[in-house]
Amino acid sequence: MRGPRSWRRLFTIAPPFVWLILFLLLPFLLVLKISFADLKFGIPPYTALAQFEDQALSLVLNLRGYALLFSDSLYVATYLHSVKMAAITTVCCMLIGYPMAYYIARSEPAVRSLLLIGVILPFWTSLLLRVYAWIGILRNDGLLNNLLLWLGVIDQPLEIYRTDLAVYIGLVYAYLPFFILPLYANLVKLDLRLLEAAYDLGARPWRAFTSVVLPLSMPGVIAGAMLVFIPSVGEFVIPEMLGGADTLMIGRVMWTEFFNNSDWPMAAAVTCVMVLLLLVPLVLFQYGQVRQLGMRGGRRQ
Amino acid sequence: MTRPDSRLRALVLGLGYAFLYVPILVLMVLSFNDSAMMTTWTGFSLRWYYELFNDRALLEAARLSLLIAAFTATAAVVVGTWAGYVLARMGRFRGFALFVGLASAPLVIPEVVLGISLLLMFVELSDLLGWEGSNGAFTIWVGHVILSMAYVSVIIQSRVRDLDRSLEEAALDLGASPIKVFFQIVLPLIAPALVAAWLLAFTLSLDDVVIASFLTGPGYTTLPLEVFSRVRLGLKPEINALATLFMLLVAVFVVIANRVQNRKENRS
Repeated sequence: MRGPRSWRRLFTIAPPFVWLILFLLLPFLLVLKISFADLKFGIPPYTALAQFEDQALSLVLNLRGYALLFSDSLYVATYLHSVKMAAITTVCCMLIGYPMAYYIARSEPAVRSLLLIGVILPFWTSLLLRVYAWIGILRNDGLLNNLLLWLGVIDQPLEIYRTDLAVYIGLVYAYLPFFILPLYANLVKLDLRLLEAAYDLGARPWRAFTSVVLPLSMPGVIAGAMLVFIPSVGEFVIPEMLGGADTLMIGRVMWTEFFNNSDWPMAAAVTCVMVLLLLVPLVLFQYGQVRQLGMRGGRRQ
Repeated sequence: MTRPDSRLRALVLGLGYAFLYVPILVLMVLSFNDSAMMTTWTGFSLRWYYELFNDRALLEAARLSLLIAAFTATAAVVVGTWAGYVLARMGRFRGFALFVGLASAPLVIPEVVLGISLLLMFVELSDLLGWEGSNGAFTIWVGHVILSMAYVSVIIQSRVRDLDRSLEEAALDLGASPIKVFFQIVLPLIAPALVAAWLLAFTLSLDDVVIASFLTGPGYTTLPLEVFSRVRLGLKPEINALATLFMLLVAVFVVIANRVQNRKENRS
């Protein structure tokens, strides 16, 4: 028998749970299903997997999409290139973001909240428009080249716009706040007495940092890295706006399959392999979330 | 001494913030440039603002986007607060890991994945129910609610977790029903977080290109869709004017919200 308390619990938990299953889990399972369908003219533009014929249920799994994915070296190269670009982006965000988050966390409280707003503010303004701003800066006749030419650093414009380098700049720029914020939240809770103890025991600043601060901040680093890496792999807008025709990113390929070729089963297969590729980082991210949320108690102090 | 080196600190923060803000400042300055070129300054002018306000297609798209964003933010705050409350207060339950996973997945899942999966859901639904001609604004709204509720639940979850639980327990001991406790104690205490979450959901919806591209129907062009299609064809100075207005609006919002929150914290 369930008591009134446990019924109440059920009615509190169930509605958002059902909502999430209906609108997130189920749609994704549909993508998986349609990745095994075949192309068909009509609405919807794919075949059904299960059919009743002669009073028997026939199930047809079509592997055309997957066969194409693994036989065409361009797809494989695109996946590898997307992962590489996302990995380099993540490392750059760490190198720029870690010192920033550290110094923000170690600032006076009044300055700290101002600096924090400085990181959050771009996050609230349109990413599309901010990436667009980089086009004007990076173009051959753009601001950066004009500045460098004027300074005499270069003789002829650097070709950055519509190359991979421009995509890296755009990705790091767009995802930097995503790395800084969780890391900051971690570093600001750091017990400074631990650092003092390290100094008292004779550790030099760098040694104190690498053996006290860095290990303690690893959960923040991992959370931030996943928030940068996972969406970067499938990013579409930034490579489309800043990259060249030869900037291979899987989000763009999927977009082309879907919108230009109208090949929905192929687009679904590309998506499924992308998610499969992201499974390890996704699990790592979710594990961190569960561990953080699973901690009991009210105030964490 | 545990104080960090102040010169190094100034250098790191200076360069970091320059990287974040130079593109925004460039856009703002160029929006007042008389020339149609992004590279030469020919004089101060409000020409692009004038053109912006006479651009019917852009204004119509802005109207649709603001409407969808307002409905999105409202719905996302309701569902996201519910999910955030469950995450913060219900402890562990069967399927907890799945719940956490689904609630936070939209934070990291590439938008193209969300876009195609929601589109396929709508297609299958209309196939199943024989539901003809789904409204593009409605489908975009659903997609944006799914995306932004994840952010809302993260904000609310951390706020509820920081609340002093004894207040809720005292009210329960005094005989208040859990629903009454939620509406009369928890909700007023997390009001600033609700406002922040609403605004974030609003801006997420106002900014989204990818999900909207998948879910839109004929005749429903949101502002980002319009901007994106123009930008792909080349630079358009009236977009600079639009971006400037947009960012000033957000900056004013955020500064006011921060003031309000600081004053509240100082008082308590």
